[in-house]
Amino acid sequence: MEASERRADWVKVHPLAVRITHWINALAILVMVTSGWRIYNASPIFPFRFPAEITLGGWLAGALQWHFAAMWLLVVNGLVYLSYGIASGHFRRKLLPISPRAVFRDVIEALRGRLAHDDLSTYNAAQRAAYLVIILCAILLVLSGLAVWKPVQLEELAAFFGGYEGARVVHLLAMATLVFVVLLHTVMVIFVPRTLPTMITGRARRAS
Amino acid sequence: MKKRTMETSLADHSPKLIRSIERRLFLRQGLSLGALVLLSGCELTDDQRVQKILTGMSRWNDSAQALLFSPTKLAPEYPESAITKPFPFNAFYSEEEVPDVDGRDYKLELAGLIRDNKPWRLPELYALPQTSQVTRHICVEGWSAIGKWSGVRFSDFLARVGADTTAKYVGFKCADQYYSSIDMPTALHPQTLLAFRYADQILPPEYGFPMKLRVPTKLGFKNPKHIMSMFVTNEYPGGYWEDQGYNWFSGS
Repeated sequence: MEASERRADWVKVHPLAVRITHWINALAILVMVTSGWRIYNASPIFPFRFPAEITLGGWLAGALQWHFAAMWLLVVNGLVYLSYGIASGHFRRKLLPISPRAVFRDVIEALRGRLAHDDLSTYNAAQRAAYLVIILCAILLVLSGLAVWKPVQLEELAAFFGGYEGARVVHLLAMATLVFVVLLHTVMVIFVPRTLPTMITGRARRAS
Repeated sequence: MKKRTMETSLADHSPKLIRSIERRLFLRQGLSLGALVLLSGCELTDDQRVQKILTGMSRWNDSAQALLFSPTKLAPEYPESAITKPFPFNAFYSEEEVPDVDGRDYKLELAGLIRDNKPWRLPELYALPQTSQVTRHICVEGWSAIGKWSGVRFSDFLARVGADTTAKYVGFKCADQYYSSIDMPTALHPQTLLAFRYADQILPPEYGFPMKLRVPTKLGFKNPKHIMSMFVTNEYPGGYWEDQGYNWFSGS
């Protein structure tokens, strides 16, 4: 009796497939971004460099090895996540519908620190927008990255980004956007810490 | 005993305060975890097991790129007005240290799986049918520059000397102790040139006199300059940068 009561306090929030792909993706993104900064530093396109201490690889060759190893992790894991999200209806249920007005309202509320997080199983509009931006940025990063990697074999893709040099700029800007949203996401987890164990166990205490 | 007192004192406080302490602890733990990741980031690459995996992935990427490589897909060509001026000098040494090769007694040496391996003098090479290209040179560092190179189509040259084109690699040794190697499909690509001229002038020393291999389907460091000898082989020859960790195939 007591046990079933206790179980009833918990609701399933994140399916296993989402949790596994989330953490593999977090690792892949961390490696891609920090090694990417080191690669950028070898020939900066803007008048700044990333501090060497927060980059991965030690030198250009090491950074390239990390980058082109982790890209497989990012892409394979990303394809599993996208296939699952589309086929299971996860995206449709969790990320839609989304309207610019609702996003605007929830972002303002979040900035005022008044955004409700009582029910972790439903994303508010600011969350939906953030997660969609992360997904779209990751797709853009993979495509622009392929164009930078293979501007001859994938000439048409590179041309879409304005050629090799254009693809480099798109790749960097998409990285900057992604890192910004991931930082916001991390700050929000710090403000609402119970979301962290939920992304590991998949369960959250039912809102009282 | 001490623990006991802490529990009791914690219980005396409001859940709100406890939550705020938990939050602070969590924040601090999160920060130290981040610091740990960053600290080990520098050491991580030097770890032997990690390096073995990274090298293995680089070999895997060689195969992936060989699969992706199309023998007929041409690198984009540009009008002469798009040429980058001045074309950047780049080597593993400074411009003052460029090797001084004497063209008069220069001989290109051939070795390995080549039927007719007589050495070639410059006038003989210049007399071969020449072709030109204006293509983008992409450096492994990320920058790129457009230049014009002229010379003999490398596949024609390989056919002329009776190279075994079923072999896996063509290797190059240079006057500046540089060395590199490419895969046979890339060696036979129609835009791979044994280049003797830059911007219609005999290749100046800083761009690789007396000849450089121009491979617009590969990164810049796969375009050896000051070539003194070449060989066809089935044994992996490596390269100056490749042996230090740069990906061997490095196709564009």
